[in-house]
Amino acid sequence: LGHRIRTFGKRSIFSTASYQMKVLDGDVNLHSPIFKQNLEEMKAINDDLDAKVHTILQGGGEIAQQKLVERKKLRVRDRIQAVIDPGAPFLELSQFAGYEMYGKDHVPSGGVVTGIGLIHGRQCMIVANDPTVKGGTYYPITVKKHLRAQEIAQENNLPCIYLVDSGGANLPRQDDVFPDKNHFGRIFFNQARMSSMGIPQIAIVLGSCTAGGAYVPAMADESVIVHKNGTIFLGGPPLVKAATGEEINAEDLGGATVHSEMSGVTDHFAVNEKHALKLARDIVSNLETKSYLEENSHGRIQSEEPLYDPEELNGILTTNFNRQNVDVKKVLARVLDGSKFHEFKEKFGNTLVTGFGRLYGYQVGIVANNGVLFSESAQKGAHFVQLCSQRNIPLLFVQNITGFMVGSKYEAEGIAKHGAKLVSAVACANVPKITTIIGGSFGAGNYGMCGRSYSPRFMYMLPTGRISVMGGEQAAEVLTLVKKDGLERIGKEYPDEVRDKEKEAIKSKYEKEADVYYASARLWDDGVIKPSDMRRVLGMSLIASLNSKIEDTKAGVFRM
Amino acid sequence: MNNLLMNKILIANRGEIACRIVRTAQKMNIKTVGLYNDADRGAKHVEMMDEAYYIGSNTLADSYLNMNKILKIAQMTGTHAIHPGYGFLSENCNFVDLLEKNNIIFIGPPSNAISAMGNKSESKNVMQNANVPVVEGYHGENQDEKFLFEQAEKIGFPVLIKAVLGGGGKGMRTVFKKEDFYPALEQAKREAMKSFSDDQMLVEKFIQKPKHIEVQVFGDRHGNYVHLFERDCSIQRRHQKIIEEAPSFLSPEMRMQIGDSAVRAAEAVGYYNAGTVEFIFDTISDEYFFMEMNTRLQVEHPISEEISGQDFVEWQLRVARGEKLPLTQNQLKINGHSIESRIYAEDPDSEFLPQSGTIHYLREPNNRESAIVDNDVRVDTGVREGDDVSIFFDPMISKLIVHGKNRDDAIKKMYNALDNYNIIGLKNNITFLKKALEEKAFLENNYDTDFIEKYKDSLFDRPFTNIIPTQKDLFHSALIQILNEKRKVDVESESGHAYSHSNPWHTQDAFRINHSSTRKFSFLDNDDTEYTVEVIYESNNQFKVREVTEDSSSDWTHLSTSWVDDNNVIIESDSQMLKVEYFIDAEGSVHSKRENGDIVQLKEKVEDFSGEEGVNSANLISSPMPGKIVKIFTKPGEVVKKGQNLLSLESMKMEYLIKAEKDGVIKEVHTAETEFVQIGAKLVEFEEQEA
Repeated sequence: LGHRIRTFGKRSIFSTASYQMKVLDGDVNLHSPIFKQNLEEMKAINDDLDAKVHTILQGGGEIAQQKLVERKKLRVRDRIQAVIDPGAPFLELSQFAGYEMYGKDHVPSGGVVTGIGLIHGRQCMIVANDPTVKGGTYYPITVKKHLRAQEIAQENNLPCIYLVDSGGANLPRQDDVFPDKNHFGRIFFNQARMSSMGIPQIAIVLGSCTAGGAYVPAMADESVIVHKNGTIFLGGPPLVKAATGEEINAEDLGGATVHSEMSGVTDHFAVNEKHALKLARDIVSNLETKSYLEENSHGRIQSEEPLYDPEELNGILTTNFNRQNVDVKKVLARVLDGSKFHEFKEKFGNTLVTGFGRLYGYQVGIVANNGVLFSESAQKGAHFVQLCSQRNIPLLFVQNITGFMVGSKYEAEGIAKHGAKLVSAVACANVPKITTIIGGSFGAGNYGMCGRSYSPRFMYMLPTGRISVMGGEQAAEVLTLVKKDGLERIGKEYPDEVRDKEKEAIKSKYEKEADVYYASARLWDDGVIKPSDMRRVLGMSLIASLNSKIEDTKAGVFRM
Repeated sequence: MNNLLMNKILIANRGEIACRIVRTAQKMNIKTVGLYNDADRGAKHVEMMDEAYYIGSNTLADSYLNMNKILKIAQMTGTHAIHPGYGFLSENCNFVDLLEKNNIIFIGPPSNAISAMGNKSESKNVMQNANVPVVEGYHGENQDEKFLFEQAEKIGFPVLIKAVLGGGGKGMRTVFKKEDFYPALEQAKREAMKSFSDDQMLVEKFIQKPKHIEVQVFGDRHGNYVHLFERDCSIQRRHQKIIEEAPSFLSPEMRMQIGDSAVRAAEAVGYYNAGTVEFIFDTISDEYFFMEMNTRLQVEHPISEEISGQDFVEWQLRVARGEKLPLTQNQLKINGHSIESRIYAEDPDSEFLPQSGTIHYLREPNNRESAIVDNDVRVDTGVREGDDVSIFFDPMISKLIVHGKNRDDAIKKMYNALDNYNIIGLKNNITFLKKALEEKAFLENNYDTDFIEKYKDSLFDRPFTNIIPTQKDLFHSALIQILNEKRKVDVESESGHAYSHSNPWHTQDAFRINHSSTRKFSFLDNDDTEYTVEVIYESNNQFKVREVTEDSSSDWTHLSTSWVDDNNVIIESDSQMLKVEYFIDAEGSVHSKRENGDIVQLKEKVEDFSGEEGVNSANLISSPMPGKIVKIFTKPGEVVKKGQNLLSLESMKMEYLIKAEKDGVIKEVHTAETEFVQIGAKLVEFEEQEA
């Protein structure tokens, strides 16, 4: 056999450093006017993103931050930095939550910072209230973001660390915070359920935990409280006085001493905030709960950087998807390991690109738009998604889709049932699914490409992304057409100038609502990321998703 | 037994000299037997031996000084001869007699020569009879002033008048002219009376600008003698030599003269094997006087080997088995110049206080034993990286020896070798030695035994071990810390998964979504002064750093790092690229080396969370160094004043007093007399004080 490496089936028993696969042609003309123009526009977009984030990072502003210093508290992101491993990355989620959602009320990051960080090498979900933002009270978006973080933790089997410092529900908005299924109470429901599944729930009380908030530490598996800063009580001193006439201060009512020595609500007494955060780390170092990451990593091989510079995505992507088509293969060439891609059905239904590649050595299946969806593309997509489900290969969806093709020819050939097959396959696939919107996300294309409703484990938007039921232009056209028909039916006129004005209004409403920050503020995604970070963020998310067991997929009924 | 058949020797010593002897024995195909005690288990010298035997616990009397045990081991192993090295039993005539009685060769001089030279007054008489100049003096009872004056005249001015009980310069006068004698005597007596309540005086020859010159001699059992030239060992601290050179500044004529004197001295006592005759040399009058003879191979013998091209241990072994000296005086020539620096674990900033502990990091300069052959540098050592310098022995780490074409060449080589000698984790004198070489008086070969005292202002113009960190040091330490974390993650994750270094979770670049992370480092230096550095992670190896003080912060500096190996990192700024050697010890302190060789130590501040419940560290006195508790002066319940002696600790043959740092009441004494305590061990605890 000479120097041949012994193999089992097709796979070498050695994971070789460079695996043999076709390399994508990622070449673009870096000097073309379009590339240069995109680059220029993208710079402005990225700068705008940076500026927005800069403001968000200030939290509740200078005065509130100063107050923290006086109370010997750290800023919320510094708390997170102190709890995660030194130098480790932090995958922050939904930075833009609450962005421009409440008029004059600014709720940066929705008043709670969530994300995945490493603690003693273990990926953990961290949910940290920002006390500088409205005293850490829960706005509707705060609840939504907290619940989303718990959902991610539950789906991906990530221990939860709650850094609690919150005044509880935002009372003026109680109707949007308290009563419904996915409101405040759901937080504790989730804690209980996750605890029952063996996903550790750890609460670190760094400030107040009032009323409902008291249940965060009380429902936790293990909790820490900071002497003199942390308090836990169902009713604070004013409420107690009103109810029973008892006069008592916060520390004596629900401070660290009470709960560590008498009530047993907390398990660890911390002398100060840094101590509490260290105790949180110590607690995690003692977790022996199972993660499936290692088991799910057996097929991993040596990672390779893409052959093309991810920075070039800034000249490839554009905000004007009507003006230019983006060749998604040029994007993939800047995301996948070694720019290598084993394309599946290259010559069939090629407005959808499917195939296998690797991300940081992990195998992934790619489903990426390269034009409008036809019947063939949908069938091919359904086939490929089934294939990956069968083989336990995580799926990456890259969305840039205006929708399915319309017209009599396509309706007659059953584009609806072909599209349904793709939607069904995506809905039922139990492998980790991660979606990135790099351009448009319109209409039923959003469903077939694993939009928010299809529970991708993670979903990100590039700042070039747009999301709405259809494009503003089309919506204006359709809506005014319907109105015109209606008016004509009752014999009324629809003057052109009125129609144009209304068209404009619809268009601008759609434009506004399709905006990436509008979407991200409402948690239609898990964050806006820069094109050059796409590979990194997808890689981190992919690995995070592998902490949970990959369940077998059972397909729904396909309409053939 | 025939001496000629000596094929196995026992080396009754340890450390570098034991290793040194083994090397020659191996060269001559002679087997070696070694000894070790508890402290030396697995030591380098033990590993080099063909066989080695345990001789007892840590006390020297029980181990390396235990003659009977050593004899038994020699008999048990069928050893023909014992090499005593230096120190220990090397100048013990009882040991020599014991061996002789048992038919074992002592590789050294005859016992009568040792005893003759061991007795100061006897040796002086012998030398005088042999026409070897000795320092004249009167040490007698007669205190008549006139008589003392006559003695001074006999000795010859300048003379030194000294109180018999004197010390610290009290009751001491130097008299250059005879008319000054009486007033000086009167002053000295008055001072002595005041200080010691006794005014008995002695008169001695005053040696001006004295140099310590010693001559290497060799004799065989056939009455042949040679000298292998002289060494200048004038650079001393605490009466121990630290830099030696050969040959000295002497003219060839003076060299032959002093060499002849040394040979005469050896002849006078029927000496054979290696010996050293020490003289004190008056550089003003060019006179020299016999001081003593060391009847052994000396620590600094390598420099004489270097200039003569001879292996002295080989000579010793050959003489011991009855051979004639390999060469005659005429055949011996000086070739070039050699310098030896003794590398000690000691703190030049605290009066050369001996240090003990583990050598965590040791890189010797390229030398004869290292892969890159450089025949001009030699390191005689008995320790390796990871070995302990224990409190039980002398804290010498090694001897660094260079050979040059001439003195200037040797100095250059020594300087460069020291520059490349890196010991981290244990305070040492390497940078001090470098500084001594830089001193003008040394460069001009115009120094005497007073060198360190005389030039202390320029020698100690900056600290050697208690280095105050600069901003650059702080930046480097922060980046080293970051790099080290990265290394740790790589190592840990590599053991778990393959290819973890390319795991986006393990890149240790503090990646953040849409912003960069700023990290604060709080460092403490040796004096517990705190410094704060902020680092912004710009990418995997690009950083922005600045120092932050209470009311200001420096400008951001861009630095990038690239890893070289576990102890070297390249740190690049806009205008320079530096390879920084570093070591991180078990406590997490970063030791980094500056371009000038200084080693800066910075420890990341660890928050103390013991809070109200724990023992307040101010109430606890712990041991500053490992050692034995000699005496406890206090007991629980005693009210003590700040500065009061609490106990005394013996370490490295010195006694230290542990004093109260504040007024208070003793709560508990955590140790007992004669106990061996480790560094940091709890000794005495004070009662809590009400605020």
